[in-house]
Formats: sequence, C-alpha cells, structure tokens
Amino acid sequence: MPDSIVTAEMQAMIGREVDEGVAEVTTTSCRLFARAVGHTDPIFFDVEAALARGYRGLVAPPGYLGTPVNDRRQGPLVTIPRPVTDMRIPYKRILDGGTSYEYFEPVVAGDVVTSRSKITRFEERLGSIGPMLITYHETAYTRQDGTLVAKMYGNVIHY
Amino acid sequence: MPLNSEQVYYEDVHEGEEIPALRKACISQQLVMWAGASGDFYQIHYDPDFARGTGLDGIIVQGGLKNAFLGQLLHDWIAPAGFLRRFGCQYRGMDYPNQEILCRGVVTKKYEEAGQALIDLEIWTQNAAGKKTTPGTATVILPRR
Repeated sequence: MPDSIVTAEMQAMIGREVDEGVAEVTTTSCRLFARAVGHTDPIFFDVEAALARGYRGLVAPPGYLGTPVNDRRQGPLVTIPRPVTDMRIPYKRILDGGTSYEYFEPVVAGDVVTSRSKITRFEERLGSIGPMLITYHETAYTRQDGTLVAKMYGNVIHY
Repeated sequence: MPLNSEQVYYEDVHEGEEIPALRKACISQQLVMWAGASGDFYQIHYDPDFARGTGLDGIIVQGGLKNAFLGQLLHDWIAPAGFLRRFGCQYRGMDYPNQEILCRGVVTKKYEEAGQALIDLEIWTQNAAGKKTTPGTATVILPRR
C-alpha cells in the first residue's frame, strides 16, 4: 500500500457542507429523463395523469432531482458533487462507485431544489485497478418551501 | 415487463419472493440520451477512443442509468399507490452497450414502522453471464388492503 494521499486539507473537508446551487425540476427535463430510462408510467410524461393520481405535478422519475442551473463557474460536466471535484488528487482516473437515494416527499415539476453536499469519509484501498481513493459523499435536497425532499449518498473512486 | 396493472398490497408480499424482472439492453443512443437527461457528460460513456484511452475496453453503460433502471423496476412494481422510500446500488461491474441488463429484486423483509407498511428488498442488475454488476438494496412503502 503506497503512502496515503489524503492530505490534512482533505481531512478538513469532511463534514463541511458545500452549496451545490439550485436545480429546477421542469416538465421537459422529467420527460427527457423518463424517456432516457425507458419509463412507461404516464405520471412521468403526462401532467393530467400525474394530477389524476394525486401528485402536485408531473412526477420526477426515481434518480432525478432536477437540472442543475449551469453557469460559467461550474466545473466538469459530471454529476459528482462539488466537494469531490474540488479536491486535488494525484490519480487521473475517476469512476462513480455507487449511488443511493432516500426520498421523503415526491419530487414534481415546479419544485425548485437546493442541494448541499459534503464529504463524509475517505477510504484508501489497493484494488485490482491499482491504488484507489474512495470518497463517500452525501447530498441533501431541500424544496423552495424548506421541506427536505431527498438525500443522496454516493461514493467516487479515484485511481 | 409492462407496468404493473394491479396494485401490490403489503399483505400479499412474502419474504423471499422475487418481484417481476425488468429486461434492458442499451444501444449507444440510449447512453447519449441518458447523458443529456442526467447532465453527466463524461466521455467514457459515448466516445470509444476516449474510453479506451482510460484503459476500458470501450464505452460503458453509466452506473446512474443502471441505478435508474432499478428505480423503474421498483416503481413499476409498487405503482400506483406505493412509495419508493429508498433505493441504490454499488457500481461493481462494467456493462457494455448491446448486451442484456436484467434488473431483479427479492423481498428480504416486511415490517411495520411508525404506522407504515415497509418492504426491504435486495435489488441488482445482472449481465448476460448472470454476474451481478450492480448489487443494491431498497425500501418501499406499500398500501394495505
């Protein structure tokens, strides 16, 4: 096992919340997402069908939490949380290690979701692909009325 | 698998039972659709030269797309009245375009908590060789009869 690449600066990032900005859940982006997955339930495509089933609006499919409002300050066009992409790491390659979503409320088009992310821990391992750093992260999604609607837990592998 | 036409109720579910599987196979077009829909534009998912440059055999299916497939597996099972409380998976193995991805789930536990009827499941996608490439877990809330 090579020396740890986790610097004191990285250690200090654990638990520090970073604002990821605001994401708008729109009808078009919900439909695009549903179509990309191959969903067939009309609540992801047809507003009337969603309302008839008791939802406040067109439903965001599982795994979808809004389109980030991109601006020039945004870094790489990946869905990895900002605290992870902000780190300076000697490994060149990156893989998404896994994702888990926890829902407290249905997310629907019209919701405006603010996300805040933090790194929760680091793990260093010697894998079949060589030495790797696994960074565990967590994101909390809050709707415009202040309701916590979902949380995402994930890990990113640098190697 | 078509969307479940009849509601599944808590009372009807048994530990150890398998839920209806969902069969997928992505052509490269679907990976590009997913890139646009998710905002993940990492080139290993649509640029073969770029993918090979990072040591991969070719473009690979996004982990997030496979996770979303598992979301569909669960949604289609519990619709219309169930609620997907939690789901996720680990991206352990690569999947490639034009190869079968079979999404499956098995009920591991049924229990009541804070007045809600909950079902825990083991979920995964497996490739054509039967290898589990994305093992995961989920919890859903089902209506009672």
